[in-house]
Amino acid sequence: MSDASNQSDANAVTLTRKDFTSDQEVRWCPGCGDYSVLTAVQLLMPELNIKPENQVFVSGIGCASRFPYYMNTYGIHSIHGRAPAVATGVAVARPDLDVWVITGDGDALSIGGNHFIHALRRNVNMTILLFNNQIYGLTKGQYSPTSEVGKVTKSSPFGSLDYPFNPCSLAIGSEATFVARTHDMDRKHMQEVFRRAHEHRGAAFVEIYQNCNVFNDGAFDGVTAKDKRAEMLIELRHGEPIRFGAENEFGVRLNQFGEAEIVSVAEVGEAALLVHDEHRYDPSTAFALSRLAEQPVSPTPMGVLRAIDRPTYESQVQDQLTAAQERRGPGHLRELIESGAVWDVV
Amino acid sequence: MTEISETNGSPKSLDRVVIRFAGDSGDGMQLVGDRFTDVSAAFGNDLATLPNYPAEIRAPAGTIAGVSSFQVHIADYDIVTPGDIPNLLVAMNPAALKANIADLAPGSAIIANIDAFEPRNLDKAGYEANPLEDGSLDAFRVYPVPMTSLTLEAAKDTGAKPRDAQRSKNFFALGLISWMYTRPVEPVYKWIAERFGKSQIVHDANLCAFKAGYHFGETAELFEHAYEVQPAKLPPGRYRNITGNAATAYGLIAAGQQAKLPLLYASYPITPASDILHELSKHKNFGIRTVQAEDEISAIGIAIGGAFAGHLGVTATSGPGVDLKAEALGLAVSMELPLILIDVQRGGPSTGLPTKTEQADLMLAMYGRHGEAPLPIVSARTPSECFDATFEGARIAIKYRTPVIVLTDGYLANGSEPWLFPDVDALEDISIPFTTEPNHLNPDGSVEFWPYVRDEVTLARPWAIPGTPGLMHRIGGIEKEDGTGNVNYEPANHELMTRLRAEKIARIAADIAPVEVDDPDGNARLLVVGWGSTHGAIQAGARRVRARGHEVATAQLMHVNPFPLNLGEILSRYDRVLVPELNLGQLSRLLRAEYLVDAKSINKVQGLPFLSAEIEAKMMEMLDV
Ligand code: SF4
Repeated sequence: MSDASNQSDANAVTLTRKDFTSDQEVRWCPGCGDYSVLTAVQLLMPELNIKPENQVFVSGIGCASRFPYYMNTYGIHSIHGRAPAVATGVAVARPDLDVWVITGDGDALSIGGNHFIHALRRNVNMTILLFNNQIYGLTKGQYSPTSEVGKVTKSSPFGSLDYPFNPCSLAIGSEATFVARTHDMDRKHMQEVFRRAHEHRGAAFVEIYQNCNVFNDGAFDGVTAKDKRAEMLIELRHGEPIRFGAENEFGVRLNQFGEAEIVSVAEVGEAALLVHDEHRYDPSTAFALSRLAEQPVSPTPMGVLRAIDRPTYESQVQDQLTAAQERRGPGHLRELIESGAVWDVV
Repeated sequence: MTEISETNGSPKSLDRVVIRFAGDSGDGMQLVGDRFTDVSAAFGNDLATLPNYPAEIRAPAGTIAGVSSFQVHIADYDIVTPGDIPNLLVAMNPAALKANIADLAPGSAIIANIDAFEPRNLDKAGYEANPLEDGSLDAFRVYPVPMTSLTLEAAKDTGAKPRDAQRSKNFFALGLISWMYTRPVEPVYKWIAERFGKSQIVHDANLCAFKAGYHFGETAELFEHAYEVQPAKLPPGRYRNITGNAATAYGLIAAGQQAKLPLLYASYPITPASDILHELSKHKNFGIRTVQAEDEISAIGIAIGGAFAGHLGVTATSGPGVDLKAEALGLAVSMELPLILIDVQRGGPSTGLPTKTEQADLMLAMYGRHGEAPLPIVSARTPSECFDATFEGARIAIKYRTPVIVLTDGYLANGSEPWLFPDVDALEDISIPFTTEPNHLNPDGSVEFWPYVRDEVTLARPWAIPGTPGLMHRIGGIEKEDGTGNVNYEPANHELMTRLRAEKIARIAADIAPVEVDDPDGNARLLVVGWGSTHGAIQAGARRVRARGHEVATAQLMHVNPFPLNLGEILSRYDRVLVPELNLGQLSRLLRAEYLVDAKSINKVQGLPFLSAEIEAKMMEMLDV
């Protein structure tokens, strides 16, 4: 995701997880999925070959948003929903930095929905990790914008009425150039997806199915539990027909309406299956794929849904500055002030 | 206007004149006003302007709601307001006449576009009879001029279709007024060529209309003679005309340069602040990054992110935007980062009067955040002083690592005045070094970086930016432990941090210019204290009172929080204190609370600045004369 990754520190000494771990005690509930995400990120960091001082983690408010305190990097624990805006400021000011946004379903999709979609469409160079636990954890258990309809919580004793967002669909609809999904039960998968997201130049969005064992335990078990994965988890691999199932007996094809549907390979034949292409510029197919994650649980694609190239926002900002300086030379305050009609009083 | 001399046939000399151009929003009155102003400025007059236009982009044509006006006051001496009473009203249609007639005094002149005074327009303006004919304007000197038909006639060989050609009638009016006040015509020719050079027909139509207006004045024998207003004897130096918003933009550019920091300006379009974004966006060769954010909250969020990363983070808005930015401002208070928020105040509450001026955001700036969240407030007193106020705001923000609110308003933002250029080379260096080394020694001899260790004098915390090895730190809106900056919820620590943040702002009082009192003979018993854009009206009011043989002292605050150190002593010197404000009494309340002074108010909330006569009358009342 970053210029910093491209100009990775040439004479970097070998870094370890410890170099990215702060001295602050981690304070999530025991058993929370956030721990495994933190571990995955901290273990990945040394491999990215970027010094901790060149990284900035920006978060909003929510359980996940405590994340920056545990990273021995620069960090901003900002206010509810605003992390993408604050991170945009960091990234526009300093394209040399490696910028990460840590957010949750309430933070990014409810109070901060506007900043989220605009950061994506601008293609600001940052990696956005959205911890989706389908619940408000920090405020002790209200339904969230990703909770399924009918969810009974403290604020919805008769069941919630709100139709949920599908975060990946929303991201694709927001013109995101990189969209992926992973889950907290598979560290290797998380690391691979995070690495890909980080390598992407532009706004890289990753939805993480994250278990809140206190207020919404097991929300994703139907997909992510070890014994369910074969049937319910669709691993996306670029360039390959999309297949899943214990015997790879299922697949995904596009029907006449352009909708993705689950089919039996035996019935339709391998040639009918959709060959996954992350790089299709048109988002329609990626969107169709993202719709497969029907609530409460249905076979769900995991991995990179979309990864296309588009110039980053800050590189274009920089290009305009450079072009203006080439055209007009560096600015001179006196000349600027004296531009237009001036007169002298003697 | 005082008539000074008269020579047969040659223009009569005036020391000053107030002209108001009024017409429909689509009539181009702001453009004509701007041109007249620029020409007069370059000619060397002192001047002040008051644009006044509707919030609707296209209010129904011909209605009172759609009237747009531009008042300009030019003089051969230094003036401080756009003038109370127009000496001349140019009325392009009946609605323009109706909307402005009440502001004229008997004897004022009216030039009316008689072509527009037909039944339909009269009806739309609510006139039952034609005021040009029914004698209702007998107290005024009325000059009916068929501007539309003369414009059409003048433009007939340009190839412009009549529908288009009649749109040039504002240039006819400009030509006529240029003749009346002996303005140079070359600058207008040049401007028309530059602006309309790409479209020959439009260019020709405007130029022909302008010339026709000018010649009409010369030859029509409607007017006895032209007038002239000599250049003003202003302090020597190089001048230009400048609006408040342009001065604000330049102040930011100057601040970035003198702070040796790149400027990151993020804002969301809002009247009347958008022109600052427009201006800064033009000057990318200064390395200025401008971001048009998705909303007001994002704009300040981006500025905060930029500040954390070592840029001069700035956002500007008007009242509704300040409401939205409140939470993020609190974050900046808590993170103790330099940040500038410019509030170009307009009439409120809610959407209020988007295009009209008011000073009712002072309490919002002071207290409009949850928790104890003090921050410094600087106000601008004149359009050109927006440059200085913005620069001063940046100085304080950087030195004390705090968000600063700069208060201007719609009147300053759009109004203009001649500006004596600042000595760019003499501008203060307001840079501070970033922190690059650990600042805390542990008992075991190791060193580390603590983000909330404070400077002993300013109480500012270190500004260490990403990319600096060894100084990685995480901060945010949660209360921090004194020194380490780690999350901390302990009761005593919160009180300590709250008091430290307040004390840091309070200490700025010792680092700002003392307030200056204008008390020519030193015997006044009445002190008039204002802040921001009421400066001109208060000065003009005081001049009038003094001209009548009375004494009055004035003091206009630039720094509203904290107050200058000498303010309390000054207030105590006078028997009576009067505070004029374009709100229902906000500074007066702060003064009463801070100094236990019996400050009286004069208030106005009409979306318009004070008239000097209003201030004068209140001063006279307070003087018991
Ligand atoms: S409330 Fe849920 S999401 Fe929050 S820390 Fe506890 S388990 Fe994790």
